[in-house]
Amino acid sequence: MSLQSYSLRVNGNIYKVATHPMMRLLDVLRFDLELTGTKEGCGEGECGACSVLMNGELVNSCLVPVAQADGAEIETVEGLGQDEKLHVVQRAFLECGGAQCGMCTPGMLVAAAHLLKKNACPDLAAIREGLNGNLCRCTGYMRIFEAVERAMSSTAEGRG
Amino acid sequence: MGQEKIVGKPMLRKEGVAKVCGRARYIDDMTMPGMLHGATVRSSIARGKILGVEFGAGIPWDEFVIVTATDIPGANEIAMINHDWPCLAGEVVNHAEEAILLLAHPDRHLLPKAVAAVHVSCEEWPAVFSIEESERRDPVVWGEDNVFKSFLMEKGDVDAVWTLADRVVEGEYTTGAQEHLYIENNGAIAVYSAEDGLTVWGSLQCPFYVHKSLVKMTGLAEEKVRIVQVETGGAFGGKEDYPSMIGAHAALLAMKSGKPVKIVYDRAEDMAATTKRHPSRVRHRTAVTRDGKLLGAEIEIALDGGAYSTLSSTVLSRATIHAGGPYYWPNIRVRSKAFATNYPPYGAFRGFGAPQSLFAIERHMDHIAEELGIAPDELRRRNFLKPGLETATGQEIREEIDLDHLMGRALAEADYHHKRERFARENAGAESKKKGIGFAAFLHGSGFTGSGEKYLNSLAAMDVTSEGKARVLVSSTEFGQGTNTILCQIAAETLGIDFDAVEMGPPDTSVVPNTGPTVASRTSMVVGKLVHSAAVGLKKTLLASSLLGEGCSTEEFVMAARTYVAQHGALRSESRYEAPPGVHWDDQLYRGEAYAAYAWAVYVAEVTVDQTTWGVTVDDFVAVQEVGRVLNPMLATGQIEGGVAQGIGWALYEKVMWNRGRMGNNQMTNYIIPTSQDIPPIRVFFEERPFGHGAYGAKGIGELPMDGPAPAILNAIAHATGRQFDSVPLLPEDIFRQMAVREPEREVVTL
Ligand code: FES
Ligand code: FES
Repeated sequence: MSLQSYSLRVNGNIYKVATHPMMRLLDVLRFDLELTGTKEGCGEGECGACSVLMNGELVNSCLVPVAQADGAEIETVEGLGQDEKLHVVQRAFLECGGAQCGMCTPGMLVAAAHLLKKNACPDLAAIREGLNGNLCRCTGYMRIFEAVERAMSSTAEGRG
Repeated sequence: MGQEKIVGKPMLRKEGVAKVCGRARYIDDMTMPGMLHGATVRSSIARGKILGVEFGAGIPWDEFVIVTATDIPGANEIAMINHDWPCLAGEVVNHAEEAILLLAHPDRHLLPKAVAAVHVSCEEWPAVFSIEESERRDPVVWGEDNVFKSFLMEKGDVDAVWTLADRVVEGEYTTGAQEHLYIENNGAIAVYSAEDGLTVWGSLQCPFYVHKSLVKMTGLAEEKVRIVQVETGGAFGGKEDYPSMIGAHAALLAMKSGKPVKIVYDRAEDMAATTKRHPSRVRHRTAVTRDGKLLGAEIEIALDGGAYSTLSSTVLSRATIHAGGPYYWPNIRVRSKAFATNYPPYGAFRGFGAPQSLFAIERHMDHIAEELGIAPDELRRRNFLKPGLETATGQEIREEIDLDHLMGRALAEADYHHKRERFARENAGAESKKKGIGFAAFLHGSGFTGSGEKYLNSLAAMDVTSEGKARVLVSSTEFGQGTNTILCQIAAETLGIDFDAVEMGPPDTSVVPNTGPTVASRTSMVVGKLVHSAAVGLKKTLLASSLLGEGCSTEEFVMAARTYVAQHGALRSESRYEAPPGVHWDDQLYRGEAYAAYAWAVYVAEVTVDQTTWGVTVDDFVAVQEVGRVLNPMLATGQIEGGVAQGIGWALYEKVMWNRGRMGNNQMTNYIIPTSQDIPPIRVFFEERPFGHGAYGAKGIGELPMDGPAPAILNAIAHATGRQFDSVPLLPEDIFRQMAVREPEREVVTL
């Protein structure tokens, strides 16, 4: 199959890539754009390590062919925040111990930020449901729930 | 305890910012110029003779690098305890997914097609797929008798107790394989040149294990082999043994091609081919008095070790020592064996044999309680180990442990007594859902078993950087548990400087000394102590140089360290392991101090059993433990919660489905681990009793939480349903199957 050219807007920057239409968005991000923050855990839509936002919707980038993402607005963990300017959920994960090995963390952060955007004050049941597409093998999820709650209250206090 | 400024505080994870920013570099995030991608051709049968290999049509084979067993320059062996685990199968295969041939190509998308186009023809031989078949030697598939290792541990005179007993209670308990399911799969990158030798970067726990194995496999000099751990996305024991295999495969392809080679497994390959938790069968026969005093036990442990011996003997050793649980046995005999089968080799997994043994004893204690009509907590209270009493290996308990108190606290936190009574009452009329509450009491030995730490002879060091920062130099690795943070806390506290003024050296065998492997809950207690001594040494040197006075500030330390390095070229201090006094171990008789210290715990689970679907949900979980001093409460709590979640998975969800020795459900879609909606509130409590010989009083934590959930949950299910389940994993279909048949008579002998 011949290469086609696609244009993506990732974390606010426009990128053009020439690749196969069925190439996974995950691979394009990781290998073509060298945005390796987004991880692969299963490659089949189960673990959520590859979660990104596509036009504001939470998707598993391992299931999205790049052709489908052409022209789309993509947000990855790198776009949430960096060092001095951490996003409120990044800071909360750091302070609550929400990241252990860190492998589920990028996807979990994107999902958590998305959850808080849709619902500024989710209760515990809503947090559990909002993150049920993101598997973590290290934390047992407790610190992650706590982190989301902390991010929620610090946003409410206007710190975020 | 209490005066410290950094130890005991919830310091933030050292590599935390890199992790939350997506900047932490894992193996699959790395690439190198000219790099090839490697893949593995594996056996589709469990046992047989390799007759030939054909390379099918439609693949440009001349573009591929191809490696077989004949390309191995040194020993065709992954160096473990024995010498039976080949790096690549030569003439025979002993398990499905055994590696036979390696391929590398610049285009990773071509590899799956190429792997599928290699046809290995084999003569299939009869294989062994259960402990029972292996026991019957039906047929012999390893050595002379299928036995990798056996132990006999004996105390008192067990044969004399049966006639003294009011009751003899028997039981058989089994546990299944468990996949680690770290979210990052195994991976390695190798680079080789004749001049610089071999470097392997990998997702791994034990850089020097891989080093030892690759020196042997390549025949290169020790200094020509360098192993570097990169950020590792979970391990749980699963990256203790296997990285030596994938590292060796990447190395062989790199040596043959002269190019960098990366091998990263996808999920299906990782699940099918790499190690898992040993399945077990444990039989108990216990002599008790009418009022619940344990007189003696005969315990028989059988582990399925898989096709090669790997770490089975040490897993079996820990299973053996933990078999009697946290109880005083005047007489006990434990016979244990690890058997060969034709499954992919089982390996290290958090708990390392102890969860299997402790599941058995803690279910068995509930059986005994029921037989005697004594409350489960009362039976345990009457038999707990106490200071001054001796364990099954004859080790006198010298720690100030009070298990009765620990149990009391756990039961109170869970509102156990009240709920026990209320659920029993309400279940009588309940049609759709029944509730139950149960608990388990247990212990976990910290560090290597017996003389293990002495043989390891670990060395830790500290130095300072040219900027005057203190640096911890150890081979202990970070894979989520908090090694980096804890060791920097210990060093900073000891030096009396800020946490931020201490950093970790790179986990690179060419830079750090061999501090032993990152396993066995040994990092905080054993390595932490070494880092503490190395920090003391570093500070002494600076004080002696009169560049620094007592009670210095961080700025003064940094200045002094910088000046020292400028004047002397380097500042470095080392510390070697010394066994705590009074630690003696007899490897032959299995007598003596099995572990320098134990962690102790009582976990309580509350469950609901749906009477229509037989689904079990865990509604509440209380974990109370004594792990010595808690060095970082946030990280320690996270370790306990994560271990409990894995224990819940092992108990209720995670079933490996085998099909003639091949894993049939090697996908996250059908091998189910707990999600954010399956985990109950996990309420973690620490009793802090500083241990005299650990760094700032620490003992081991990492593995302990894997031991308690399965027996606590099954004890709760027995309470809810009135039926006894003695096997994990316990899925709804397993409960249904057993509920459909009449409850068998329990084997109780009244004398
Ligand atoms: S890698 Fe996409 S869901 Fe697991
Ligand atoms: S932190 Fe390791 S998988 Fe979530």
